[in-house]
Amino acid sequence: MAGRVKELYRELVERAHTVTSAAQHEDSTVIQVGNATCENAAGSREVLHEFRKYIAASGKEDRIVLRETGCTGRCSCEPIVGVTRPGQTMVKYQKVDAEATHRIFTQHVLEGHPVPDLLLDAQMGTSPLKLLFCRSRRCADSMQGDYAEMCREKLADAGLDYVVDDIVSANCFGLCRSEMVGRLGHLMVLPDKVVYRLRNEADLDTIIAQHIQGGRIVDTLRIGDEPFSGRFFEMYGDVAFFNRQDRIALRHSGVIDPESLQEYIAEDGYQALAAVLERDDPAWVIEQVSRSRLRGRGGGGYPTGTKWDMARKAQADTKYIICNADEGDPGAFMDRSMLEGDPFSVLEGLTIGGYAIGARKGFFYIRAEYPLAIKRIQHAIDQARLNNLLGPDILGSGFDFDVEIRLGAGAFVCGEETALIHSIEGRRGEPRIRPPYPTESGLWGKPTVINNVETFANIAVVCDYGADWFANIGTAESGGTKVFALAGKVEHTGMVEVPMGMTLREIVFEIGGGVPDGKELKAVQTGGPAGGCLPAKWLDLPVDFRTLGEAGSIMGSGGMIVMDEDDCMVDIAKFFLVFSQDESCGKCTPCREGSRRMLEILERITGGTGTPQDLDNLERLAILMQKSSLCGLGRAAPNPVLSTLREFRDEYLAHVEEQRCPAHRCVALLRFQIDPEKCVGCTACARNCPVLCIQGKAKQVHEIDQSRCIKCGRCVEVCRFSAVDRL
Amino acid sequence: MTHPTPAVTDHWDQVREAAEAVLGDEIVEYIRTAAAQPEPASELISVLHKVQARYGYLDTEHLDAVAQLLQVPAATVSGVATFYHFFRLNKPARYSISVCMGTACYVKGADKVVNRLQEELGIDIGETTSDGLFGLQQARCLGTCGLAPVMMVNDDVLSRVTPEAIPAILDRYAKQSRQDSS
Ligand SMILES: Cc1cc2nc3c(=O)[nH]c(=O)nc-3n(C[C@H](O)[C@H](O)[C@H](O)COP(=O)(O)O)c2cc1C
Ligand code: SF4
Ligand code: SF4
Ligand code: SF4
Ligand code: FES
Ligand code: FES
Repeated sequence: MAGRVKELYRELVERAHTVTSAAQHEDSTVIQVGNATCENAAGSREVLHEFRKYIAASGKEDRIVLRETGCTGRCSCEPIVGVTRPGQTMVKYQKVDAEATHRIFTQHVLEGHPVPDLLLDAQMGTSPLKLLFCRSRRCADSMQGDYAEMCREKLADAGLDYVVDDIVSANCFGLCRSEMVGRLGHLMVLPDKVVYRLRNEADLDTIIAQHIQGGRIVDTLRIGDEPFSGRFFEMYGDVAFFNRQDRIALRHSGVIDPESLQEYIAEDGYQALAAVLERDDPAWVIEQVSRSRLRGRGGGGYPTGTKWDMARKAQADTKYIICNADEGDPGAFMDRSMLEGDPFSVLEGLTIGGYAIGARKGFFYIRAEYPLAIKRIQHAIDQARLNNLLGPDILGSGFDFDVEIRLGAGAFVCGEETALIHSIEGRRGEPRIRPPYPTESGLWGKPTVINNVETFANIAVVCDYGADWFANIGTAESGGTKVFALAGKVEHTGMVEVPMGMTLREIVFEIGGGVPDGKELKAVQTGGPAGGCLPAKWLDLPVDFRTLGEAGSIMGSGGMIVMDEDDCMVDIAKFFLVFSQDESCGKCTPCREGSRRMLEILERITGGTGTPQDLDNLERLAILMQKSSLCGLGRAAPNPVLSTLREFRDEYLAHVEEQRCPAHRCVALLRFQIDPEKCVGCTACARNCPVLCIQGKAKQVHEIDQSRCIKCGRCVEVCRFSAVDRL
Repeated sequence: MTHPTPAVTDHWDQVREAAEAVLGDEIVEYIRTAAAQPEPASELISVLHKVQARYGYLDTEHLDAVAQLLQVPAATVSGVATFYHFFRLNKPARYSISVCMGTACYVKGADKVVNRLQEELGIDIGETTSDGLFGLQQARCLGTCGLAPVMMVNDDVLSRVTPEAIPAILDRYAKQSRQDSS
């Protein structure tokens, strides 16, 4: 049986290489367009269509390849288009529309001149050569000094100034395997796609003299292995937004065609499953996953190895494994993007998990609101079945495993494990008391493991690259990276994957580009309706499960919403409570009634009739709900209220003591007033007021009838003389 | 393939035929396959998804027919259909507008978009205009938070929507509907 797996896998790899290399000549130009819900919403379908038209019209179908990939997570710049001319690095364009498509095609694709004003972010300088230094903690700590800086100086001295702008420090390429940690650094030279090991300054001198100046690859320093995020950094390493990230769970997003099993396999896909089946030792897998310190990415942060071990040890003829793709946190989209951009790695992780615990059947539980993700996963399942990677006797190993998709139907509580199980069983998604835990009695009473999408996306990497390497990336308690969905009042909204332990400041300011329009950051919300709002004083907090908990929030599944001075923290607390109250399944009283009463109080406060006593009542109810609710929804629902009460008490006090909303957000507490000094009587406000409550003759001071004003704010927007004050 | 034996009726053939007529061949076939699975009751939600995809909503007629053909108590079927937000129990408008009220969209001003839609359409959330053209809903998160605020009109996802853009958007769909019907 063993040996056979290896053989069958090798055949798959060979076929994959044949197919992928046939699709692309050495001398063809590749145009890459994203196909994901976000990309499409931004207009990428139209861009694709335009390119197709131009390619056909140019008559160069055999020399211009149009590919589709998932998204890279650079939402605010979509649609993104990548153009790779033969032997060059990929040039990325942002916010591409029909007109831009035309310019990119005629100037760059046909004539070879990149279009500077459309480039994504500030890409590097104009030199064809690009140098990427790994600045990850693991490499950088072992090196004395800043090699990137050293290299800049050396090149300037050598009169090679033009390359200097093309030197960047990127995060981990994924080369620092356990055996090498702490001993050397790495340098990637593009477009040659060569990775060097750097042990000391002399190595750097050799590379500069031979490769940069002489154009000859230094074979003695070259690393033969393909770094596993190598493809990603080859394509995107020159963009600051990306090169500060570690791409592990997202290693293929925006890199491969998510509908091509061949491309996945050509990028070492299914290598981990093949190795695991070849080894034929489920306990080994569990040991690796435990040692990697991988914690569940769905919010709870439970150690994945421990969960698998319990299920493995449970005595039963049938066991199940489920991928939780219900992504309920409103404001989070990591799971969607992973399912759409790299469905095979999630499926491979699920299959390995099934093998490890002894399950023969797995499920994807996906939100019905994600039609493209559903389509991609179904396609991946079908392809895997056709290639003996799913179904009976996988890769000749004797292991049978199959997977089915079940759709959620818009109930947040179904993300909770026991509710999810009920939902797959075709019932109302109401939670039940635990224990028994699903690992003991889950789906149809059988031992069941439920893990999040991102958890599964990490599994193949843990098996391929080693548990110790993975553990080393994170903090002492939590291995690997975390993907965050960065949104709200932040310059670069998108997906960012960073090592556990990176600070909020690095994420929001260095990668996210900070708060737009020169506004002040007020809070970072993590954990969605179950989390909390962290004020600016926590910006230097290294992020992991424990630290966020101690700061009064939670890691959650990865939603990270940045709020600025215009956001009212009382209003935000109310926003989340409206959500939780609406989503409460109603099974237990503390949550059903508690959330309603808390919401009533918050409505009073934001409506201007709250009293200081209300704050105490809120707190008492919140604690009661936390302690006595049946499931995680009710227990966590008060968190946004408690965290804002603690960190932003002055805002609550302004509402209840002065009937004032400092952020000017709570409509009932607002007052619009025209400043007679500034009003020139242009009549614009009077004409635009939807309830016609502004009186005044042309060229005379206008006045608002407060009793009829509905506080829509239109007058402020239309007055060109800033004469309307919002108080 | 046969249906499972009915629980209580003497007129199973009539009941079955009526139910099949309500749901149509494609769904009847789907239920047949589902009923042959090891846990047929667990297919209920998938069946309801199919019915909604086909008819746009779940009528009581549909729910009863599903209960009969899948041999699941009618109370269970309606209990499930009402529990999940995704299932619509009323006929949707020609254009169903859902504004995302997830956190990212909310802090980027989705509430102002909703206000403007209410003003322009003269309806509240959950209502349909009297001509049946537009319906207004709130959605949870559509997963495109990076492009907030986001709204959907039927299957189209519109990103970075502003209140000022609303009248033109509505016009576009109204025009499209006139073209479709002429
Ligand atoms: C109300 C509620 C909603 C949840 N929603 C999700 C979700 O959308 N996705 C998810 O993976 N986990 C969600 N969880 C956590 C899951 O119950 C479960 O802990 C997780 O899927 C386990 O996988 P992990 O260990 O890989 O994180 C939710 C929990 C609660 C209480
Ligand atoms: S805590 Fe809320 S959601 Fe959970 S079981 Fe109770 S009522 Fe339902
Ligand atoms: S806030 Fe709105 S209703 Fe009030 S005066 Fe201004 S435009 Fe009129
Ligand atoms: S728009 Fe401004 S300046 Fe013009 S009438 Fe109104 S308040 Fe006065
Ligand atoms: S780029 Fe796809 S999630 Fe935004
Ligand atoms: S919050 Fe609106 S799309 Fe996510």
